[in-house]
Amino acid sequence: MEFKVTNKSKTLTNILLGVGVLFTAIGIFSHVGDHNLVQRIMANGLINGFYFFAIGLGALFFLALQYATETGWYASIKRVIEAVAGFLPYGMGILAVVLLIITFLDGAHVYLWMDPETTNPASHHYDEIIDGKSAYLNKLFFWIRTLAYFVVYFLYWRGFKNRSLEEDRVGGTEIHFLNYRKSAVFLVFFAVFSSSSAWDWLMSIDVHWFSTLYGWYCFAGMWCSAMTVLVMLTIYLKKLGYLPNVNDSHIHDLGKWTFATSFLWSYLWFSQFMLIWYANLGEEVVYYMTRIEHYKFLYFGMFFINFAFPMVVLMSREAKRHAGILTFVGCIILIGHWLDVYILVSAGSMGATASIGFLEIGLALVGAGFFIRTILKNLTKAPLTPVNHPFLDESIHHEI
Amino acid sequence: MAEKVIYAMYDDDDVLKDGAKLLVAKGVKVSDVFSPFPIHGIDPIIGVKQTRLGIVAFLFAITGTLLATYGMRFFMITDWPMNIGGKPNGTYLDNMLAFVPITFEFTVMCAAHGMAITYLLRNKTLPGMPAQNPDPRTTDDKFVIELKHSENSQFSEDELLSMLKQTGIIEIDQKEIN
Repeated sequence: MEFKVTNKSKTLTNILLGVGVLFTAIGIFSHVGDHNLVQRIMANGLINGFYFFAIGLGALFFLALQYATETGWYASIKRVIEAVAGFLPYGMGILAVVLLIITFLDGAHVYLWMDPETTNPASHHYDEIIDGKSAYLNKLFFWIRTLAYFVVYFLYWRGFKNRSLEEDRVGGTEIHFLNYRKSAVFLVFFAVFSSSSAWDWLMSIDVHWFSTLYGWYCFAGMWCSAMTVLVMLTIYLKKLGYLPNVNDSHIHDLGKWTFATSFLWSYLWFSQFMLIWYANLGEEVVYYMTRIEHYKFLYFGMFFINFAFPMVVLMSREAKRHAGILTFVGCIILIGHWLDVYILVSAGSMGATASIGFLEIGLALVGAGFFIRTILKNLTKAPLTPVNHPFLDESIHHEI
Repeated sequence: MAEKVIYAMYDDDDVLKDGAKLLVAKGVKVSDVFSPFPIHGIDPIIGVKQTRLGIVAFLFAITGTLLATYGMRFFMITDWPMNIGGKPNGTYLDNMLAFVPITFEFTVMCAAHGMAITYLLRNKTLPGMPAQNPDPRTTDDKFVIELKHSENSQFSEDELLSMLKQTGIIEIDQKEIN
């Protein structure tokens, strides 16, 4: 069955985009003259660029995980996963533009290490710690790594997409086993790149600080957001009458993923905090000092809505099968993870001067509108049921 | 009181499932099914009630959380105040972070063990208990439907047997159990 973007969703995304652009404009014009306006715009570009890119990447990772484990149940929602993963090239484009502008602005006070003053011993802005890290954190190597991530993600995404459409035409199991091998290699790349890209794009904002858990923490956040988008999109399509093969068990499984990845994220949030607290690592305390002094409400509030809220509400079997509850919890979790990325970027760059105003909300709405429109458009590009998937029959009879 | 039961044996779980559907559609009460592995979707067909194991798991877990909290407060704060990472301590809340992993693990342990033991007790399958299944082959590659005469008093014995024979059985057996 072919999907068609409804007029209602077109109007909704147009409103999101329009309101977003309006809010952004108000946000910018009301702050003209502020000394940190450029920093604020670039920080917000990075927040939304990373957040929506990460959802697409999380979906691609999830797809590769299903291939590598030869899972059967997901076959009827495979095109939904592919549509969300299809945001990846757009997300990469936006993120690349943001990172490029930041690089030309010498870091725009978001990446302090990009400022040549910090590594110049003659300057009074000279920073010994940044200089010590400059073998890794310099513009050239940063871009080599960033391009390597983008190229690898893009090639694997395109490969999975083309093979998936080819499977619809030719059938057989050859493509299935090719996907199996390719996805295993992709997961190896992803394991390294998801960590090191989080260091490059986000952890280097807090340039004096480091944490070995940081990559997994960002990865858990992106996975959780991706699962939440997947469950909400599946429910939306189901409600419109598409996806006849999807039954309550598929929704239940997606709900379980949302529940489980929320726990994974909370586990890493807590572990990172507890290890630094327990071991009295003085040089790493700065990260939490900023957050507890300036972001107390948001930082712990976000932990509450990303952990305790889904835990209590999604605990029971019935809740994980209830479209209304899942959508409600999903919206809250998505806001929670946006706040998580907001704090990851803002605390290290804007510090005490950060606040959520028209600019922040406006750019997030623009991002959301563009994201929703893109994945809905992606859904129209392929039949919603992959007809020749070898596990389609298992998925149709999925029952838990 | 001795009770008459009919055991109908199948060699395929799908045949059994279709047979059970047919019997239930005719108003027969299937009291149990024995199988070497869980048959997907058999529970709603024969009308098995939703398990309450989840509630038990929650109660065990809460017990674990409380026990762990109480235990650590006693061991680490009251009985022998521990110096945890050089932190200013003295109360449970000051050192709460250090206790979270253990509380979590103990909660999981209590829930898991409690569930397993409850399950074995409820099914009367603790180690050493006599086997409940009617035929040893149901632990290998055969499947059995159990019908009780007392639950199907509206049908005569012949009616039940003839209905069963339409469902692709390979063996039929009648027993009196206590």
